[in-house]
Amino acid sequence: MTFAGWALILGFVAILIALTKPVGLWLFALYEGRRTPLHIVLGPVERSFYRLSGIDPQAEQSWRRYALHMLLFNAMLMAFTYAVLRLQGVLPGNPQGLPGLSPHLAFNTAISFTTNTNWQSYGGESTMSNLSQMLGLTIHNFLSAATGIALAFALFRGFARRQAQTIGNFWADMTRVTLYLLLPLCVAYTLFLIASGVPQTMAGVVDVTTLEGAKQSLLLGPVASQEAIKMIGTNGGGFFNANSAHPFENPTALTNLVQMLSIFLIGFGLTWTFGKAVGNTRQGWAILAAMTVLFLAGVTVTYWQEAAGNPILHALGTAGGNMEGKEVRFGIAASALFSVVTTAASCGAVNAMHDSFTALGGMIPLFNMQLGEVVIGGVGAGIYGFLLFAILTVFVAGLMVGRTPEYVGKKIESREVKLAVLAIAVLPLMILGFASLSSVLEQGLAGPLNKGPHGFSEILYAFTSAVANNGSAFAGLTANTPYYNWLLGVAMWVGRFFIIVPMLAIAGSLAAKRYTPESAGSFPTTGALWVGLLVGIILIVGGLTFLPSLALGPIADHLAMIRGQSF
Amino acid sequence: MAKTQSKSLFTADLVVPAIKASFVKLNPAELIRNPVMFVTAAVAALMTILLVVGQDDLTTGFKLQLVVWLWLTVLFGTFAEALAEGRGKAQAASLRAAKAELIAKRLIGDGPHHDSVPASQLKIGDIVLVETGDLIPSDGEVVAGVASVNEAAITGESAPVIREAGGDRSAVTAGTRVISDEIRVKVTVEPGKGFLDRMIALVEGAERQKTPNEVALTLLLVGLTIIFLIAVATVPGFASYAGGSIPVAVLAALLITLIPTTIAALLSAIGIAGMDRLVRFNVLAKSGRAVEAAGDVDVLLLDKTGTITIGDRQASEFRAVGGASEAELAEAALLASLADETPEGRSIVVLAKDRFALQRTMPADAEVIPFTAQTRVSGIRIGDALIQKGAVDSILRAHPGSGETAAATELRRVTDEIARAGGTPLAVAHNGRLLGAIFLKDVVKAGIRERFGELRAMGIRTVMITGDNPLTAAAIAAEAGVDDFLAQATPEDKLALIRKEQQGGKLVAMCGDGTNDAPALAQADVGVAMNTGTQAAREAGNMVDLDSDPTKLIEVVGLGKQLLMTRGALTTFSVANDVAKYFAIIPAMFVALYPGLGVLNVMGLATPESAILSAIIFNALIIPLLVPLALKGVAYRPMAAGPLLARNLAVYGLGGLIAPFIGIKIIDLLVGGLGLA
Repeated sequence: MTFAGWALILGFVAILIALTKPVGLWLFALYEGRRTPLHIVLGPVERSFYRLSGIDPQAEQSWRRYALHMLLFNAMLMAFTYAVLRLQGVLPGNPQGLPGLSPHLAFNTAISFTTNTNWQSYGGESTMSNLSQMLGLTIHNFLSAATGIALAFALFRGFARRQAQTIGNFWADMTRVTLYLLLPLCVAYTLFLIASGVPQTMAGVVDVTTLEGAKQSLLLGPVASQEAIKMIGTNGGGFFNANSAHPFENPTALTNLVQMLSIFLIGFGLTWTFGKAVGNTRQGWAILAAMTVLFLAGVTVTYWQEAAGNPILHALGTAGGNMEGKEVRFGIAASALFSVVTTAASCGAVNAMHDSFTALGGMIPLFNMQLGEVVIGGVGAGIYGFLLFAILTVFVAGLMVGRTPEYVGKKIESREVKLAVLAIAVLPLMILGFASLSSVLEQGLAGPLNKGPHGFSEILYAFTSAVANNGSAFAGLTANTPYYNWLLGVAMWVGRFFIIVPMLAIAGSLAAKRYTPESAGSFPTTGALWVGLLVGIILIVGGLTFLPSLALGPIADHLAMIRGQSF
Repeated sequence: MAKTQSKSLFTADLVVPAIKASFVKLNPAELIRNPVMFVTAAVAALMTILLVVGQDDLTTGFKLQLVVWLWLTVLFGTFAEALAEGRGKAQAASLRAAKAELIAKRLIGDGPHHDSVPASQLKIGDIVLVETGDLIPSDGEVVAGVASVNEAAITGESAPVIREAGGDRSAVTAGTRVISDEIRVKVTVEPGKGFLDRMIALVEGAERQKTPNEVALTLLLVGLTIIFLIAVATVPGFASYAGGSIPVAVLAALLITLIPTTIAALLSAIGIAGMDRLVRFNVLAKSGRAVEAAGDVDVLLLDKTGTITIGDRQASEFRAVGGASEAELAEAALLASLADETPEGRSIVVLAKDRFALQRTMPADAEVIPFTAQTRVSGIRIGDALIQKGAVDSILRAHPGSGETAAATELRRVTDEIARAGGTPLAVAHNGRLLGAIFLKDVVKAGIRERFGELRAMGIRTVMITGDNPLTAAAIAAEAGVDDFLAQATPEDKLALIRKEQQGGKLVAMCGDGTNDAPALAQADVGVAMNTGTQAAREAGNMVDLDSDPTKLIEVVGLGKQLLMTRGALTTFSVANDVAKYFAIIPAMFVALYPGLGVLNVMGLATPESAILSAIIFNALIIPLLVPLALKGVAYRPMAAGPLLARNLAVYGLGGLIAPFIGIKIIDLLVGGLGLA
């Protein structure tokens, strides 16, 4: 580990903390439906959109209605993308003449992009036509991100409102988030990327002569615009198969830093928005503190392990840290940081191959996802997932102050506890259940590239990434088979919507409750004690469940590596 | 049910029946009420079957021990519940004795004749005659007569209380004994639904229903059980990838140690013991919900008299007016109070003696004028001298025209001063001439200011309720250190205040005794009715204080908090325990697959079998070890939530993390030393 490495990591966090309040304020304006400076230009667009689609943005919805509209909207989008991918061969915008996708791959991909997972069972440039990329996939990059933020707003309203029957309007939330946040941010971001050398063109292939005099075909395309929303919306689906390790996606050290920052930007801001929404910004900072503690702990382990390198290779005379699968341009610190950022947030973009990390270095990305992507997390999804844990924590420990547990002025009772546990149980059920199944079935066992515990890690990582809607791949696993495509598709679907629906039900239940004013006798949900408690409960309830699987995967892998054993 | 009853937890007469009951409670129909323990029992049953028919590499001795400890885990849980119930049953038995064989003298028509019927045949509306020495056959209301009643059977207090028709002292309870005079009682409850019946049911736990908080906690425990069930059920698949298999017995051990058996086993015992503590405190809660609500209370409405001030006012000063000397006033006041046996009257005599060394005995020709509700004036006539004392307005009314004198103006000024200082003025007149006022001082109870300070630290606001005028009320409120006061309070004012606080999301507790308190008692989240109060008040409140001590409201809040804290502490302890158990069982389970995983055996447990056995033994033994804590409740001191959480978290969170590491290691050494595995 080097000073420069740590300076990068801590500087990265410091920049984000400085950006938290400004971003949070902007998000708060959208949450409240207030005017922003952008309304001067985009206000008419928003209003004409409502007029065209016959939506009354003031019409409040109950949680059931909000959930129903969200589900129908997502189901329609998914069906649309499925159709586009299947019909790719007969649709225009296909200069390479690529055929339509198989049903299982189309199913997997449609779910993947609808759920903000962006798991790619295929190689981007060699499977998707330009039309499929733009119409079928990029649309989700915006809408799945906007859905996540809208849902977070709905839950915030549950906490903030008093004896209310409604939690907002899904369509208004979607429109405002897309129009006033994602689009403008992406336009500016795209321009920055273009200036840094990222291609943005409709031209397909460019033939060049290399220094050796050989002919090489370079694939170009609208990369910069896809790159912007891929990061901002924690989508992670790259234009190129190599993702952010590809020099056309991520050309410089500066773009690398900005890419990492942009993954966390909205997630950090939303914690502040939550605090503001419930009338005490310290509540937001406390959540951010707990997230940051978990994040930095993860970065420390991964960076330390990657910098320490592999003793087996050391014995063979290769000194230094683990550089396998990493871009020399970025080095160990920036790769380790990127991997933890992208898995902490449910982004899934990669600038290095996680499969090539040391066992424990690669375990942290895995563990981050198993916690349910609550360490900053995907846009919106991170904070609503975290709040489920907060509800659980308040309930387990809150009784110790001798009162019925309360969180930000709302009593936590059996309905909230039931729904929160239900949502949290989805993670182990789907991750462990499917991983266990695949460890036994022939179709499952055909997937992993490696033998021994590392092969098991590959299976575990795939399902973890899918259920947590991360989308990063451990590589190594041959996932483009009917078995894995169907199963991973179901995992992504359940991992997204079986958490969202109980979460919205909690929002509805909380909104209807009366407000309990805070007093000296209330359970303190700001301050170091609370932060420590949150971290403890997340690790024990969220993390310990996965210890047996981790023991047989990365931990066994690591111990074998120390003993010089390879598989 | 004596007040001072504080039996040791583990006496033979409680433990033996509890052991028997703990086996009876294995009945699946009853066990299903506690899903975590039901799962534990199901696993134990499965393991018992596998012991006979199962095929694996484990020794029978190991599996047998495992099965025994699994069953013990369940039995310890049922034992904890049985023990908690047993303590209540002992109290119920003494209550039953009071209820046995009640015979009623039922009046025929309007009397005077009556017939004798068993109390169980009485109907609502019947009038019964109760004479000296009789047990009152049914709960009811005195419609005629006045009697002194010994209520020791329910309150444990042997001093008799007065019960009379009309007013706020009219309610009588079945099973209590009339020790003088006779009364006629109108039956107000159906047989079997009376106060005593309810009390028996309550202390026995027969009608126990899960409280909202218990329901929520049970749901959490079920959720955790499901999560851990998933974690354990998927292990065989993972193991098969690694080319091995895990015996069912080991999986069963992992499951049982991970699911929150500790808190699940003790949950109902905590609830029963919480109610029991309240009963021992001579407060009856009509539901567990009320006890929990007590812990949540934000505002306490406290009656001034008896709670904040000692019930009796004390004379502290003589204020002469209209040219009368202080000594003249003191002598007149003394004479007027000679026959006054109230504490206030006696305090006047004492003050006159202390201040002016006055010593008087009742003159032979004196005629005492008693206090009546009509005149509201008392006094004495000695020869042609009439000396009267009473409320200022009453004295002035008794002597028409005296209100216009200069002395009256001065008296009004003096009485205002007294009121502003928190006192009650009592005017004295000699043959209609106003001599002055006696300053009756409300004496704030010693230490009450500090208690209000504690309550404030806990985030609870105190509001003093008094019939006094605002001036007096403000002075006493300041002296006692309450946060707010409601002066010249009518029942409607009280009700309005409670509604207002509740609108703001606050939970309100109050106590009251009169019929006109009933609406407020019913509206309050916690309403403690005094046992001496009316039947209406007793019905409206959700708790009844058998000692009729309004100060207890503060303790009731403490008991409610203690109940919730005990649940929270043991839940946290139970969840924190899992870390050590993982580190005991996972290496033991997987070391055969990947020998390297032996490094996870941080406790250095001897063998895989011993590690598994030690974890399951610890998991079982921790239940009886925590039974005393569950029954007595965690230590409770009033303090703010922040420090309280820090303290409990250090003890039960950190303790729960560390204790099993030490406990399992010690058990492992014993298991190894005894050659059990």
